[in-house]
Amino acid sequence: MLTGNKAMAEAISQEMENDLTVFVLGEDIGKYGGIFGSTQGLIEKFGPERVLDTPISETAFIGAAIGAAAEGMRPITELMFVDFFGVCMDQIYNQMAKIQYMSGGNVKLPMVLMTAVGGGYRDAGQHSQTLYATFAHMPGMKVVAPSNPYDLKGMMVSAIRDDNPVVFMFHKSLQGLGWMEQLDVAVDHVPEEAYTVPLNKAKVVREGKDITIVGIQMMTHYAVEAAKRLSKEGIEAEVIDLRSLAPIDKDTIIESVKKTHRLLVVDEDYLSYGMTAEVSAIVAEEAFFEMEAPISRIAIPDVPIPYSGVLEDFVIPGPNSIYEKVKKIMEDA
Amino acid sequence: MYEQMVKIRYYEDQMAEVYMEGKTPVFNIGAGTVPGEMHLATGQEPAAVGMCVHLTKEDTVTAPHRPHHHAIAKGVDLKKMTAEIFGKETGLGKGKGGHMHLFDPAVKFSCGGIVGAGIPHAVGAAMTSKMKGKDSVAVAFIGEGAANAGSFHESLNLAAVWNLPLIVVVEDNSYGISVSKKASTSVASNDLRASAYGIAGAYVKDNDPIAMYKASEQAVARARSGQGPTIIEIETYRYLGHFQGDPELYRDETEVPGLRQLDPITKLKMMLSEAENVSDADLEEMETRAKQQVDEAYQFARDSSYPQPEAALEDVFNS
Ligand SMILES: Cc1ncc(C[n+]2csc(CCOP(=O)(O)OP(=O)(O)O)c2C)c(N)n1
Repeated sequence: MLTGNKAMAEAISQEMENDLTVFVLGEDIGKYGGIFGSTQGLIEKFGPERVLDTPISETAFIGAAIGAAAEGMRPITELMFVDFFGVCMDQIYNQMAKIQYMSGGNVKLPMVLMTAVGGGYRDAGQHSQTLYATFAHMPGMKVVAPSNPYDLKGMMVSAIRDDNPVVFMFHKSLQGLGWMEQLDVAVDHVPEEAYTVPLNKAKVVREGKDITIVGIQMMTHYAVEAAKRLSKEGIEAEVIDLRSLAPIDKDTIIESVKKTHRLLVVDEDYLSYGMTAEVSAIVAEEAFFEMEAPISRIAIPDVPIPYSGVLEDFVIPGPNSIYEKVKKIMEDA
Repeated sequence: MYEQMVKIRYYEDQMAEVYMEGKTPVFNIGAGTVPGEMHLATGQEPAAVGMCVHLTKEDTVTAPHRPHHHAIAKGVDLKKMTAEIFGKETGLGKGKGGHMHLFDPAVKFSCGGIVGAGIPHAVGAAMTSKMKGKDSVAVAFIGEGAANAGSFHESLNLAAVWNLPLIVVVEDNSYGISVSKKASTSVASNDLRASAYGIAGAYVKDNDPIAMYKASEQAVARARSGQGPTIIEIETYRYLGHFQGDPELYRDETEVPGLRQLDPITKLKMMLSEAENVSDADLEEMETRAKQQVDEAYQFARDSSYPQPEAALEDVFNS
């Protein structure tokens, strides 16, 4: 049984043992073990040559990871909170995401950029975003958002071994941190040996016949919670954990809506131009005539994440809003 | 200055207590009266006070994620600031910003959670002053960790090229979160970097409020009279963790001799009574007045209401 962050650290540690080109760099990832614990114990094991604490210079150290990857290393670099992407986005989307393509495939960038996402602990607009769509929108990087310790480990191993840049978004609430609300879903059975979970497959986490709910990360857990309540009222919701944002697993989604004929997409990112629109568009394009109800979506209503608890709870979707929305979809149909 | 320092210290001490309300037995950062991260500035008062006594309401201050000492020294509305930190609708940002995101345009104060982001904003304020032909100045407070961000270097170069009334005050408390200054910074102190931009630099040792007062006085005079930017670095001490709840496993107490040195507030008090002959009664009066204002601010925050949930949808745009 491991927490999310220990599962990630275990994956990194095992890959560092197997492959001397793997190394980690970022802010507070050494002695501190990462603010969200994703690199706990690594510096003790591998020393400061392979686990490098950096200054607060994201452009420089993320760019350096790109440079090292181009030379054949397999760097893992941490952007502490995804919200800080603004100071180093050029390195991420103009460099990391485009160099392979613009070199005609002649330059490989086998690197991982891991970053913490998610709200729920009242840290306001610059520390609580998910920004899934911002990253998934840019071609040239794989983007994943695992929702449990098993996948966190398996997908981290896959990400490190992948020959492409992978943006690995982990959710603060799922890390099992001692200083946040303790969630049962943040602890999971995690095999000791290194194993892989593919970076392009969604997962049906609950089967149902009446409606498909597509969730991402925390929203998957809330969807399952809502589904349990709905089940008592005779509504069986199928819940999909999207897990991989780019590339996105269209097949699993289409297959599911062909069975349920209804769709709700739930996202902790902003509503407009986001993952909910993407999934909706896929279904509208490929399974329009299968649908028996309009496609629905719930996401942050296009406002920055507010600080005060009452305000944050109002904008971030929870089990309740999912439950209410499904009830309404079923009643209208 | 003494009264301001006492006010800041007392404010932060109260905050440390209130912060724990509702967070135990298992520490939950999102719960309680004051949720979210909390970065206190206990020990770092001299930097804020020594500079801000030279500033007026017309001068701009930008502060980082550890902003309370600057805010109080700049004269931010203490009641509204506290209400903001409590997430109340009477707060500076109606509960939308919280402790790292305080904005009080009435006294030209702002701060934010992205390291280094306030420096270019101060450049903009300094530009405005120059464009409007005023003699107001802009001061960006940052930590020594932030001096390694691109925004620091780009901003100082720009301010130097345009000869702007900008002052950057670097508070060197030895650490980014866990990364020591030695491990992150290529020079011994950031005032040395001034020569890279062809501007003035000053270094203040020992967390000394009087030396900070003097260095700031010169920098402000320089800026007001059109002689351009200054970097001041002050050696200071972060008595507490990076944030409340920080396990501080990275910190070896022997590395931080300053923590055992004489507290700057005690030192200033001794100086005032010995060298300046300020009477005990006068000192006590200052302390009482400071504490009373802080108590009133906390009471105001407690008595205020939380915003309506739907208020979350407002203020994205001006109407
Ligand atoms: C661009 C950016 N990178 C990283 C962080 C995370 N972070 C917040 S405070 C901090 C350390 C800041 O150190 P310093 O500037 O010395 O200020 P201090 O906390 O010591 O007052 C870091 C790394 C951030 N908020 N913004």
